[in-house]
Amino acid sequence: MKFYRSHILIGIDDTSLAAGVKEFEALLLSELEKNKLADEINILETGTLGLFGTGVSMTVFPDQVTYVNLKIEDIPEIVAEHFLKGRPVSRLALKAPLKKHYDFNYKNRIVLENSGKINPEDINDYLAAGGYEAWEKALLNMKPEQIVNEVKASGLRGRGGAGFPTGLKWSFTAPIQAPQKLFVINADEGEPGTFKDRLIMEGDPHKLLEGVMISSYAVGATKAYIYIRGEYKLCITRLEIAIKDAYEYGLLGKNIFESGFDLDIFIKIGAGAYVCGEETALIESMEGNRGNPRSKPPFPGVEGAWKLPTVVNNVETIANVPGIITKGAEWFTGYGPDGCSGTKVYTIMGDVNLPGLCEVDMGTSLRTIIDEFGGGIIEGHQFKAALVGGAAGVFLPLERLDVNMDYNSLREYAAVLGSGAVLVMDERTDIVEMLYSVIRFFRHESCGKCSPCANGNEMLYQLISKIRKGEGTQEDLDNMVVIADTMFHTSFCALGQSLVMPVKSALEHFRADFLKRLKIK
Amino acid sequence: MKTLDELRKIREKAQQDMKLRDGDNRFKIVVGMGTSGIAMGAREVMKAILDEIAQRGIKDVLVTQTGEKGLSSMEPVVDVIESGKPVITYGNMDIAKAKKVVAEHIVNGRVVNDYVVSTDK
Repeated sequence: MKFYRSHILIGIDDTSLAAGVKEFEALLLSELEKNKLADEINILETGTLGLFGTGVSMTVFPDQVTYVNLKIEDIPEIVAEHFLKGRPVSRLALKAPLKKHYDFNYKNRIVLENSGKINPEDINDYLAAGGYEAWEKALLNMKPEQIVNEVKASGLRGRGGAGFPTGLKWSFTAPIQAPQKLFVINADEGEPGTFKDRLIMEGDPHKLLEGVMISSYAVGATKAYIYIRGEYKLCITRLEIAIKDAYEYGLLGKNIFESGFDLDIFIKIGAGAYVCGEETALIESMEGNRGNPRSKPPFPGVEGAWKLPTVVNNVETIANVPGIITKGAEWFTGYGPDGCSGTKVYTIMGDVNLPGLCEVDMGTSLRTIIDEFGGGIIEGHQFKAALVGGAAGVFLPLERLDVNMDYNSLREYAAVLGSGAVLVMDERTDIVEMLYSVIRFFRHESCGKCSPCANGNEMLYQLISKIRKGEGTQEDLDNMVVIADTMFHTSFCALGQSLVMPVKSALEHFRADFLKRLKIK
Repeated sequence: MKTLDELRKIREKAQQDMKLRDGDNRFKIVVGMGTSGIAMGAREVMKAILDEIAQRGIKDVLVTQTGEKGLSSMEPVVDVIESGKPVITYGNMDIAKAKKVVAEHIVNGRVVNDYVVSTDK
């Protein structure tokens, strides 16, 4: 048998045949012969390479370089560069190498353990996976105070962005004697780039319902609302099916399992205002008013919707509760570092090979999230920045890539975990344009109730527009920081307060991008 | 309205049913039907699988749906589960690929390597 130092596998399928693969192959062979390489390099025909719409494609072994969309003109360059000099032609190579063994990390999942496995529209599937065991245990064997204490001990913190300890939040409302208390799920997932709650609700709606049941019982609420954004049609449908099935199985309704506890769950559909993710604005909207934030105090836990004590929690937070009840607080603290126990769901997007979603331990480094689960930066490009925590997040530069993603470690860099969105940008991204789009979003979403936010956003928008046009000055950059700082200190709610993070971090770490655009340098 | 005992019975039955289902069926095909999957054509893929199975008169395969696993960029995603073997996850599926998976993997027992994105447990 002849020894070849390299093998070329050419994919033969309908698309490549239509793209003229046979002619390409013949010419490639003659080019190899011309360079006296035909004895060293072997051309083999194979079936489809598993690619899609890539015309003439081939993989070179042992280098494992896959070339796509090849043209006859490319042959001399490939032969000269790759086969003679041993330098793969990156211009033609496949940007996203297929990773055969993508790890979904199911063994370390808590909130998404069933998503992608069970049928979300069949309650029996959830029951077979051990569903509603926690509800049974909580309702029949635990007192509400025990549940609150268990959740406190677990160290579970709010996954909506602020990271407030969940057990502590409950302990404000639980002891209050009131004729009616409410439990509200904030499923108004409006943070740009975030879709974790959507996956929880459409992949495993019963997990959320079970969490709602236990939490409502813990705080003594007999009515629960799921405030969900209207665009999440599939989530709404699946939650409706899930609620109907839960009533049928006696998991909801009056005198559940003869315990004397009643619970009803309602779905309230939001109309797509970003500010309604803020809990008091959400409550206003629930009451049928314009979604404006309220003054605190009184805090919603004491006086919320319709002046009733109301606990508002995020979807991901509550989806953790069934696990904590079944397996105990100690099991939960086994995930993640001290003070930030549990897992976190991240949505990864931008200039990565495999955008999507992952659930990993708290404290996993940003680099691991991007490389392992996002498939790394698009080949041939370098990491420039990651916008972590959604639009109201922080631009992290390369030096911060090894930061551990948990509440405490991020705070050291004045960053926040936020909603768990990770927007990755490579060197082609202009941070001025990114910040412009963030500011434009906030300007559009500011509710107008308070002056610092309404006017501050407009002023920032005017300044960044000026810089974009190349008419900005050094003074404009300084003014942006002053305005953002003022907004942080004086705005009524988190919407106006959070813009300081993207503005300051962009100007601090990527000042060069801004200086390039100034009129006087 | 059901009592706790009834619920426990339902759970046990559901668990047994699932075992039985797995025992009766050589394969379980699970199509990811999240928003991303549906947007990328998961419904058509599901239909193509069902059609192909009906056309070939295959009886011992269970086709079901689930939510998203997380690999949004590879949707539609289809899992082929055979008891005792690692789950084979196919990505970037379309109607033609779905039919090929039924023909190759389900009928002939050969995994279509080109479409595999993960072989998670």
